[in-house]
Amino acid sequence: MSEKQSPKTFLPNEGDDSGCSCDCGKIEAILAKYNNDRGRLMDILIDVQDSQGCVGKEAVAKIAKVFNMSKVDVVQTLSFYHFFSQTPRGKYTVYLNDSAVAEMMGRDEITKAFEEEVGCKFGSVSEDGRIGLFDTACIGMNDQEPSAIINKRVFTKLTKEKVAKIVKGMKNDFEVEDLPCTDVQDNILMQGPILTKDTEIGEAVRKAVFMSPEEVIEEIKQSNLRGRGGAGFPTALKWRFCRNAPGEKHYVFCNADEGEPGTFKDRVILTERPNLLFAGMTIAGYAIGAEEGILYLRYEYKFMEKQLEEVLTNLRNKGLLGKDVAGKEGFNYDIRIQSGGGAYVCGEESALLESAEGKRGEPRDRPPFPVVKGYMQQPTSVNNVETFCSVAKIMHKSAKWYRSLGTLDSTGSKLVSVSGDCERPGIYEIEWGFTVQDVLNLVGARNVQAVQVGGPSGKCIAPNDFNRKLAYEDLSTGGSIIVIGKQRDLLKDIVMNFLDFFIEESCGSCVPCRAMTVQYKKKMEKIIAGKGVKKDIDQMLSWEKVMLMNRCGLGQSACNPVISTIKNFRELYDAKIQKTDYVSQFDLAAAVKESCKTAGRIPNLGGNHE
Amino acid sequence: MNKILITIDGKGYLVESDKTVLEVARENKIFIPTLCNLQGIKPQGSCRICTCMIDGRMMTACTTPVSNNMIVITKTEELDKLRSNIVELLFAEGNHFCPSCERSGNCELQALAYLYKIMVPEFDYIFPNRNVDATHPKIILDHNRCILCKRCIRRKKEAENPTWFVFKNRGDKVQINFDHELTADFDDEMAQKAMDTCPVGAIIRKEKGYDVPMGKRKYDKHPINCDCIKCKE
Ligand SMILES: Cc1cc2nc3c(=O)[nH]c(=O)nc-3n(C[C@H](O)[C@H](O)[C@H](O)COP(=O)(O)O)c2cc1C
Ligand code: SF4
Ligand code: SF4
Ligand code: FES
Repeated sequence: MSEKQSPKTFLPNEGDDSGCSCDCGKIEAILAKYNNDRGRLMDILIDVQDSQGCVGKEAVAKIAKVFNMSKVDVVQTLSFYHFFSQTPRGKYTVYLNDSAVAEMMGRDEITKAFEEEVGCKFGSVSEDGRIGLFDTACIGMNDQEPSAIINKRVFTKLTKEKVAKIVKGMKNDFEVEDLPCTDVQDNILMQGPILTKDTEIGEAVRKAVFMSPEEVIEEIKQSNLRGRGGAGFPTALKWRFCRNAPGEKHYVFCNADEGEPGTFKDRVILTERPNLLFAGMTIAGYAIGAEEGILYLRYEYKFMEKQLEEVLTNLRNKGLLGKDVAGKEGFNYDIRIQSGGGAYVCGEESALLESAEGKRGEPRDRPPFPVVKGYMQQPTSVNNVETFCSVAKIMHKSAKWYRSLGTLDSTGSKLVSVSGDCERPGIYEIEWGFTVQDVLNLVGARNVQAVQVGGPSGKCIAPNDFNRKLAYEDLSTGGSIIVIGKQRDLLKDIVMNFLDFFIEESCGSCVPCRAMTVQYKKKMEKIIAGKGVKKDIDQMLSWEKVMLMNRCGLGQSACNPVISTIKNFRELYDAKIQKTDYVSQFDLAAAVKESCKTAGRIPNLGGNHE
Repeated sequence: MNKILITIDGKGYLVESDKTVLEVARENKIFIPTLCNLQGIKPQGSCRICTCMIDGRMMTACTTPVSNNMIVITKTEELDKLRSNIVELLFAEGNHFCPSCERSGNCELQALAYLYKIMVPEFDYIFPNRNVDATHPKIILDHNRCILCKRCIRRKKEAENPTWFVFKNRGDKVQINFDHELTADFDDEMAQKAMDTCPVGAIIRKEKGYDVPMGKRKYDKHPINCDCIKCKE
């Protein structure tokens, strides 16, 4: 921070020049708010970060002392999450999305606008400590990019002019609520059986709780419902494993981490159909024998937390949560919200549980699976937001009805989030079995070069595959569909962006996930620079096997952007590589530059080096 | 303890049901390479080098419990190629200058590199800018050589709060961090224990070293997975 402070400038801690020193009373109050419970470390870190602008040394020491942890252990959790910081990030912290689609929609210009208006570069805080500018991975707003989060509020469809106004507001000490912005649009462009508002929530829950839990599971089984989080595991089977596993308590978790770039359907459910979701979570609680349901909400979606809390209160008032839920004696069940701290990998179910316990979001070794040993080592069922909504609908309308939708192996409907180069990005609820081309027609996409199905961890397909079906048995997707127009440089704009995403988001445990992703990036840089040869492509293909050794789905699919583009767009690679066996990467002039500078001599390198 | 039957590399074994595949293999003198595993501490499959084909799928032997009728294949040409890739990745990712390292000859990473006959890795050296922390009175932590196996972290049991060694950051920025205050009163024995926990030369004792000359160290005499009678008994 600068030495010269004008009297009006904002300092995170007036009267202290040692960087960040925290208000101890406030931190004690935060700790007390969570009953000094070590398991609530995430909430504590969020509150400290929010109120102090960082989690500085003093805060770390205080938390460590209360929990009898070492200070480095607090930092161990803290340093894992994108939105926590040990150094001040400003009174206002701007997190500008850097997903591939944000770049396609003109993020560059917005970056420049922010930097000019604020007067500092991304990755730093303005001299007066007032405004911090930072990048962040997909914030679930691909249908309204470029967009940014400022102090938990989301600012969408940014333009240079809007940026100027926002920055002016921040410089004038506006409350974040008063900053000019465009609100988040729901963009529901096609409703189907899940989104159609024809279900009375109380009725669905009542119907379930007056059946036996086994009967509820059987009904879900008959519907053939499979998880909507990506992996497609049969929901009834998961619940049965969980119900039958011995434990003091059972838990239901809703996975609202939605970190796969390009997915935003859970966001829309959370803001537009929260009652349906909570009904599904309650039915799940009844079926597996849980008393507590926890909604793990990604930090990026904190803007909706207040509204969700209101919905929960409302449900409690209606007797649909709390004691004797829906009039069923002895069925006590409530739901709480657990926030994340910014980490894609926390969407992986076991990492999500680690995070909810206040630790680094590192996926666990399996077995044991969460259904046997999950949250707090107790049997836990983790399901996706959309899965729970489907459950509520199935209970209300019957398994038979549900089975009549979709295909034989993929029953029901699917919410897809479509973004990228198309006229109408947004949410489309389609029946399973629609082809990619059907979707492209719906969204008004022309001149399509490629479609990224299932986000970076999915596949990049070419036009000759557009007649393939969206279904578990063909092209499976958790909901992300990104349309890539002919004007894009697929390797540079898309593949490199995705690789950077995986490098940043790996938890760092597994060797191939941590180190091979970097090797992929190096190779791609070499090829894009026109210095690659065929062997480089062959090597990248052969490394896929090594990636499959990784512990979790992140590492196992982190090479997919490269592998699927080599397979489906080989001509792009072939056009870039040299037709020889070997191109030297060694640059003699660059290698001796520093030593020559030190020695003050001009090297004689032969040839035509400078 | 009830016994169950598992097949390893085509041979049947009756084993105790609360063991991991790696434990059973070790008891029966079947070699599976390991790095992040250390006998006596809780396994966590992070290096992935012990990956075997277990019931047809790639799974880590150190974390997978045995189950009845399980079929394990510990060695194929392909598995060895993948394992060798992992060793190569570790050399490319860090800064390993073996000839100047106190652990040379006693180093598990180096021993595996010899086993897989690694000459020049197929990967680019990253040459990361990493520090050496020599501020502690008894130990030196050389981040250049750390392979992030977390053995030092897991050495202290979860119940024994507070932890000394931890991870910091994530992705390719992870590094080991340790609490200087809590470990300030380490005696020689504790320092030695910390050093012995580390598979490589990342944790080194201060003011002591090179007792055994290079060339006469553990793997100098007998390579890892050595076939000689003494090693196999
Ligand atoms: C890296 C990674 C990220 C994931 N992110 C999510 C996510 O954001 N939301 C989700 O529901 N599932 C996600 N999953 C899948 C979950 O692990 C889990 O399978 C899912 O939540 C189960 O719910 P379901 O059975 O209802 O699909 C992710 C998996 C991986 C490997
Ligand atoms: S695969 Fe990657 S993200 Fe998953 S556990 Fe391993 S290092 Fe972590
Ligand atoms: S310091 Fe040694 S034991 Fe600890 S993680 Fe690094 S290599 Fe492993
Ligand atoms: S020894 Fe099994 S994963 Fe490292």
